[in-house]
Amino acid sequence: MIKGFAGRKGVQLLFYALTIWFLWFAQTTLDDYSIRVLNNIAIFIILAVSYNLINGITGQLSLEPNGFVAIGAYVATLFLLDSDALEYQYYLEDPSSIVLLMHTKSFIIALLAGGAAATFAAMLLSFPVFRVRGDYLAIVTLGFGFIIRILAINNPQITNGSLGLNDIPDHTNLYWSGGLAMVAVTVILNIIYSKYGRAMKAVRDDEDTAIAMGVNTFKIKTIAFSTSAFMEGVGGGLLACLLTSVSPDQFTFFLTFQLLIIIVLGGLGSTTGAIIGTILVIGGAEWLRFLDEPMNLFGWTSPALPGMRMVVFSIILILVMLFAREGIMGKKELFDYFKTKKPKEKK
Amino acid sequence: MDYVTLLQQMINGISLGSMYALVAIGYTMVYGVLRLINFAHGDILMVGAFLGFFGISVLELPFFAAALLAIFGSAFLGILIDKVAYKPLRKAPRISLLITAIGVSFFLENSFNVLFGGVPKAFPVPDFAEQIIKVASLTFTTAAFIVPIVTLILLGVILLILYRTKYGVAIRALAFDSQTVELMGIDANLIFSIVFALGSALAAVGGIFWAINYPAVEPMMGVMVGLKAFAAAVVGGIGSVTGAVLGGFIIGFTEVVVIAFFPELGGYKDAFAFMFLILVLLFKPTGILGYDFEKTRF
Repeated sequence: MIKGFAGRKGVQLLFYALTIWFLWFAQTTLDDYSIRVLNNIAIFIILAVSYNLINGITGQLSLEPNGFVAIGAYVATLFLLDSDALEYQYYLEDPSSIVLLMHTKSFIIALLAGGAAATFAAMLLSFPVFRVRGDYLAIVTLGFGFIIRILAINNPQITNGSLGLNDIPDHTNLYWSGGLAMVAVTVILNIIYSKYGRAMKAVRDDEDTAIAMGVNTFKIKTIAFSTSAFMEGVGGGLLACLLTSVSPDQFTFFLTFQLLIIIVLGGLGSTTGAIIGTILVIGGAEWLRFLDEPMNLFGWTSPALPGMRMVVFSIILILVMLFAREGIMGKKELFDYFKTKKPKEKK
Repeated sequence: MDYVTLLQQMINGISLGSMYALVAIGYTMVYGVLRLINFAHGDILMVGAFLGFFGISVLELPFFAAALLAIFGSAFLGILIDKVAYKPLRKAPRISLLITAIGVSFFLENSFNVLFGGVPKAFPVPDFAEQIIKVASLTFTTAAFIVPIVTLILLGVILLILYRTKYGVAIRALAFDSQTVELMGIDANLIFSIVFALGSALAAVGGIFWAINYPAVEPMMGVMVGLKAFAAAVVGGIGSVTGAVLGGFIIGFTEVVVIAFFPELGGYKDAFAFMFLILVLLFKPTGILGYDFEKTRF
């Protein structure tokens, strides 16, 4: 339940019920490809709403999701694979004993462990970064994404190096991904409408005034960053169990870039905007697949252009920033448009 | 390790550091006047290297003509990026500007990837840079000497521009207080263009040196160099040109010498710059020679 905003409880319950019905309907009737796209959308909703918490709500540009998603994916994978599977897969070096000790059959524990590891990394990063004001977060987190990749490649006794890990149990289905997306959106909205959320918005809008009002900006930024890291870690675990393999090359800057476009298009600072953005961008990325393939234009066949989609994405990002900086939703939420009118004051 | 190897590695480190320094100057100048981390700066280096490559192997120009083409082409690209992508956002929140910069960076990388393919192309190294010099038992290529010397000359030129011309005064004034500068009747947009042109030209020189040392060009070559050069700018003190050069030398030197001493750390080569960055942010956020932008901003 989301407290603190003017929505009726009945409407909220109806909305949750409809979403659950849709998840059940999709999981039981749709074909594999559609289910996969929907799973992808659900996972990216988790990533986008949590990324929006630090970028849109708190106004601190960070470029970390690929790093935290990678941490979450690797940790969840290591927990889910049993020692036999690990011994079998590691052929660069023997798996280290810590890796062999980490084992659980429970999907949710593995996901939470992934989230906790990402949160820990976020806490470590926030000490140097939030001590100074300014844009250092962006460059440090960008570098962090590269360092995670370097660490994954150079520690084959833990991550199996650039070969990656395979045969991860495919636990992820729409109930997990969609259900956790619902939980994530609910938690994020509750944070936004709490005193912490108001403090985050204050930091975004005017940091000096926020400090003057007694907001501990370091604490608020760290809370936003760590919460966002936790959910990105969980999302990483879900992604690993959807794809059933992880390797260092999956978590490049492109992942972060996709999320950035999603939240910019949806409107920086709008959670429902992030959801709309996810559906548009992830759905659109499937639809735009034709761009990477050879095209037949009026009898002239263009060669296959792998990477054309990314060019289109970057042009969209620049155009949105230049001409429609507010994105689709601006800082508003979808339900702000359906707010029940204030009851007239009794005389 | 004997002293010969050490000396050899030190010269390699200085050479690598000069390349970081050249790129770091652009970061520090743009940050100084616009308070923007120009994410596209590393990719301008890539474009510069590509222009040099095309100048030599497609247009068949002599090396210096190709280098001039790369320098002027990159300077023009820098001005163009500023005019098209950054200028409309001068009054916007800084996060918008940063996101646009990331968009430009991604656009440059991927359009070059689509147009010319991601496979590294061999860079035609001119003969004079490949001569081998033997001093006692040390062997170097001429490039290892040319790179630091050219870097120091260019640093001198930039310092002359900054401290001995009226445009330099305007650049420094803009870094100090942009609103008052505009009240004084200075065309801020012209100064921004000059800053972008200077920074991009230096990045192109860095790109060509990079292409000579690691004789290949590819669309993603600017990413890592750009990140490390930014780290260098922060270590030296962002906003200070001399600091940027100092930071570049420190980071390049450490990278080479540490790996010479501990070859088993070779895989972590790219992580040193970030260790430096994080340490500097923890203990001395203004860097070695930097100004305190938190205070001068108001």
